[in-house]
Amino acid sequence: MPAGRRRFTLERTVMNRVLSGLTAVFVAGSVCGVARAGELTVFAAASLSDALKEIAVIYQKQSGDRVVFNFGASSVLARQIEEGAPADIFFSADEAKMDGLEKLGLILKETRRSRLSNSLVIVVAADSPLQVPSADHLAGDKVKRIALADPKAVPAGVYARAYLEKARLWPAVERKIVPTENVRAALAAVESGNVDAGIVFKTDARISRKVRVTCEVKPEEGPPISYPMAVMKESSRIEAGKRFLRHLDSGEAETVFEKHGFIVRKHR
Amino acid sequence: MSAEDWQIVWFTAWVSALSTLVILPLGLAAGLLLARRDWPGKSGVETIISLPLVMPPVATGLILLKLLGRRGALGGFLHDALHLDIIFTWLAVLVSLSVMSFPLLVRSVRVAFEEVNPRLEQIARTLGASDLRVFWAITVPLAARGIIAGMILAFARALGEFGATIMVAGNIPGQTSTLSLAIFQSVQLGQDSHAFRLLAVSVVLAFAAVWASEYLARRNRAPL
Repeated sequence: MPAGRRRFTLERTVMNRVLSGLTAVFVAGSVCGVARAGELTVFAAASLSDALKEIAVIYQKQSGDRVVFNFGASSVLARQIEEGAPADIFFSADEAKMDGLEKLGLILKETRRSRLSNSLVIVVAADSPLQVPSADHLAGDKVKRIALADPKAVPAGVYARAYLEKARLWPAVERKIVPTENVRAALAAVESGNVDAGIVFKTDARISRKVRVTCEVKPEEGPPISYPMAVMKESSRIEAGKRFLRHLDSGEAETVFEKHGFIVRKHR
Repeated sequence: MSAEDWQIVWFTAWVSALSTLVILPLGLAAGLLLARRDWPGKSGVETIISLPLVMPPVATGLILLKLLGRRGALGGFLHDALHLDIIFTWLAVLVSLSVMSFPLLVRSVRVAFEEVNPRLEQIARTLGASDLRVFWAITVPLAARGIIAGMILAFARALGEFGATIMVAGNIPGQTSTLSLAIFQSVQLGQDSHAFRLLAVSVVLAFAAVWASEYLARRNRAPL
């Protein structure tokens, strides 16, 4: 074999070794990333963030399962799951998003349940002089900009829009709407004073000292609000997922949800 | 393409063009100063001008939000004194596009001015032309190619701006929704075909901008 070719072969062998070494590192790294023992990925509506974080801390101590959250607008989360995001559990702020995933065959039907509900409130910044004792006032001249979670898709916004449509106020306020990423972003817009008012969940208004609730929407005036949860079919940790759902269904979790202002429907 | 889509395209195009025009005088002044003068702290000014280019756009957006919000230093004053709100209006789009594209304009303009041969300006002066006349009759025409290239670059940057815009202007249909924001929203809503239509428009716009800059560069190729 001529010297030149031998050197070429030698170089190639070295290259191959380096490459396979790198590949091994990558594979090991990604396996660790995906299947870290006892880690559960929960995609949950932004409005649930404070309550769920509190519940997860206790649950982690009891079960040893680590729970990681991806909070956001349920519409965005559902979309991410459709695209293959690695969720073990989906906890949506409306039934429509879960229906969509069920139709696509992405959830374990038998694990789906909904016991949580919420209500809508109208909020203004804590230091705002505005009085908005009823939704009619949103149509008045003093309210120029109203923050809502995007009424085209995000549950809190869809509910708010349904409420305003039912009250025949939508055409009058539509031009004033500032759609936001999710309900917490609508809350933040009100807090900052950059909008005059907003409609958010009662539970969101509760966590903020910078907003004032001026009107609570009565349940019969608004649309039915329901939070379904389910384990994902593609999950690699279905049993752990079911365990966490059982915990979310327990009396202990119920207390936390109620403390945050959620309505928990009683077991039949 | 629906009427709403055309509105988005039209709004994006004209607000981008307007932002380029708004920053042009300031960009020419900054470019000229940086090219011709030295003063203590010059590198500090250079850095500040370049910041929006290297900072995350969302961070720039946050600074603008805090500055222009109703409780911000500038926004509060405008709200109280002139009853003018910027945040969540088309003005917020204009401001964020201007701020984000400014460094690109200044960079091109500066290089263009640096490349003008100072001897030609001196000759004009010896023939009795005033400084202003020298600037408009000699410097600007000789730097025109670079200035135009900078404007097109700034315009193209404005067309695609996302991070800062969504922070200060939101994504209000018919009011502050730009092409980038609308594409992002359609994808999030699962309306991929809608997103693709808008994507096609942005490709056409980008193509036109690049083609125009190439064409102008060729046509204005200076003899010197």
